[in-house]
Amino acid sequence: MKGSYILLEALKQEGVDVVFGYPGGSVIPLYDALYDFDIRHILTRHEQGAAHAADGYARASGKVGVCVATSGPGACNLVTGIANAYLDSVPMVAITGQVRTSLIGTDAFQEADITGITLPIVKHSYLVQKVDDLPRIVREAFYLARTGRPGPVLIDVPVDITVAETEYDPSCPPDMALPGYKPTVKGHPKQIRAAAAALAQAERPVIYAGGGIISAGASQELRDLARFAHIPVTTTLTGIGCFPEDEELSLGMLGMHGTRYANYAVTHCDLVFAVGVRFDDRVTGKLETFAPGAKTIHVDVDPAEISKNVVVDIPIVGDARWVLSAILDELKKHQLAVDRHLPWMAQIAQWKEDHPQVVRQDPGGEIMPEHVVRRLWEITKGEALITTEVGQNQMWAAQYYLARYPRQFITSGGLGTMGFGFPAAIGAKVACPDSLVIDIAGDGSFQMNIQELGTAVAHDIPVKVCILNNCCLGMVRQWQELFWQKRYSQTCFECQPDFVKVAEAYGAEGYRVTGLDDLDEVLRESLSSDGPAVIDVPVKQEANVYPMVPAGGSIHEMLEEEG
Amino acid sequence: MKRTLSVLVENKPGVLTRITGLFARRGFNIDSLAVGETENPLFSRVTITVVGHDQPVEQVTKQLHKLINVIKITDLEPAERLERELLLVKVKATADNRAEIMQVAEIFEGRIVDISPETAVIEATGPRRKVEALIELLRSMNVVVELIRTGKIAVRRGPKLT
Ligand SMILES: Cc1ncc(C[n+]2csc(CCOP(=O)(O)OP(=O)(O)O)c2C)c(N)n1
Repeated sequence: MKGSYILLEALKQEGVDVVFGYPGGSVIPLYDALYDFDIRHILTRHEQGAAHAADGYARASGKVGVCVATSGPGACNLVTGIANAYLDSVPMVAITGQVRTSLIGTDAFQEADITGITLPIVKHSYLVQKVDDLPRIVREAFYLARTGRPGPVLIDVPVDITVAETEYDPSCPPDMALPGYKPTVKGHPKQIRAAAAALAQAERPVIYAGGGIISAGASQELRDLARFAHIPVTTTLTGIGCFPEDEELSLGMLGMHGTRYANYAVTHCDLVFAVGVRFDDRVTGKLETFAPGAKTIHVDVDPAEISKNVVVDIPIVGDARWVLSAILDELKKHQLAVDRHLPWMAQIAQWKEDHPQVVRQDPGGEIMPEHVVRRLWEITKGEALITTEVGQNQMWAAQYYLARYPRQFITSGGLGTMGFGFPAAIGAKVACPDSLVIDIAGDGSFQMNIQELGTAVAHDIPVKVCILNNCCLGMVRQWQELFWQKRYSQTCFECQPDFVKVAEAYGAEGYRVTGLDDLDEVLRESLSSDGPAVIDVPVKQEANVYPMVPAGGSIHEMLEEEG
Repeated sequence: MKRTLSVLVENKPGVLTRITGLFARRGFNIDSLAVGETENPLFSRVTITVVGHDQPVEQVTKQLHKLINVIKITDLEPAERLERELLLVKVKATADNRAEIMQVAEIFEGRIVDISPETAVIEATGPRRKVEALIELLRSMNVVVELIRTGKIAVRRGPKLT
């Protein structure tokens, strides 16, 4: 069998039925073989789109996302998408073509050392040297991508490998050879007992939950534990959805643009139960004042995350799902008085009452961006699958679209990649065709991968892009306003395309909201239509995201809108 | 503090790049590095010395563990390790000072392995301290022309594996 057929057959063995990609010289044999396989190929308009779409697909489905690109420029165009998946621990396999083996190292046409370039941003990578290795490499790549702490794995395949012939029997899976790879699933029993005891004794506990819970499929276990022990839950940006945000125990997001009550709760608690998080600087602010009086339990599948930024009292390495259910079992052996932290819950209720996340209205009648997000939430009954771009739009989406389910809120957390949301929405819609998928976008970010309108239309992937159009790079503008004396260097667009016409030119639907009066009507109409749609919503340019903790500040010291 | 990490890795292309890249990325300067095949040709042993405090060294060790091709890492304490480094040093050795050079080499149990009318090459091996003492002495004599060291290798003393 030819290498290209072996590769695709091996993908089938891994359960792959869709890939996102873009062809080129060194992958022609692979693309030719595609004709003979029942694998859906989504041709994007840029390789970055393919990588983000594979990422969105993976986050929405929990399966490994696959993207394909040709050698040289094609592979280089994947780089941002690979880094994005790496920083948010998303399972992805990127397959790149490479010049033929005999040309490697000669600066051949369209040669780029993509395994070298991506070294710091992959979980692992392979440069295939023998066609016989292909089945094993594919199997290992998928195994590595989805187990332990998930992440992207790159397979670089020289074109001669794809045309070389060898024996291959898909019915006998190759042995993996990974002697150095043994992710820990089960937490240490002693630590589990210690954690349960600490949780039972705490007077002011808080759960700080992150994306690790979603990738471990541990949302139910988290809910069970939080409800059983009656402990409030705050989540990170990538953890949104792991706990229902409209439930009383939810504190919403914490950190730089977190809720006041979440940040206050973390600052005043006596126990932080951190699960699937990495104490990122956007969450902790100044480390010295983060949960200063608290004991910390930290559960993570990656031992390197334990005590990386914050020294913890009870570290537990293991799979979040396994560990959470073990802790709950253990907790049930303790006598938990229902009223054991009544004062704490009352304090939190008070903070919530004093500092609610309000939807502001503009006295001048302009549309406030968070109002748009809140209306989207209400109109879709909180059931839509949301992706976001990066910047203010992302924060408003996080603050005002109250997610209830894991994998409902997909956003670029670690890398903060503008241009992620739209292709990710395409990938998510492919994974969840029955969900209404909305990219909450900024006018800047959307233009970074606006060409994917072609993909959505050609493949009939009816995603909705709702642009909170403030005619500027809002988040940067906000920093300039607050910390750089309103010197708005290069952040206001002097010229913008007509987004409605752009959408229409691609064959998508374009909608424009003109003011508060027609906002609801246009949102309803655009969301209920059958096709891909762009909704251009002009919002108040000066609107800032609040509360805000200045970078490096203490998270309980938040800036608020003046006046 | 100086640490000696003995890292067992798969003997595959690119593994060394992954290791050194990781050190550079995490802000560590590798003090010395020696690598070679082990008793099993499928594996190589990399001996790395780094300078750093406990916490950062522990962090970089954990990150090293995450490399798929890394099998085992041992942080060898001074008391439990036997260490060697090989030095080849080319020195000025004319008729005037050749005897003195030979004497120094002898004191350090080194050997003269090459000689020319103007130079000699001394080969010396031993624990780092000893090799460095020799270097210091030669420097003070102002005779060093060229100095080449292998970097340290180390093995655990006694029956237990490294
Ligand atoms: C690829 C990339 N380039 C630059 C940035 C820096 N950046 C962060 S937010 C932002 C502004 C985003 O503007 P827009 O998409 O219009 O969203 P808004 O903040 O206005 O909602 C910029 C430029 C980034 N995050 N990603």
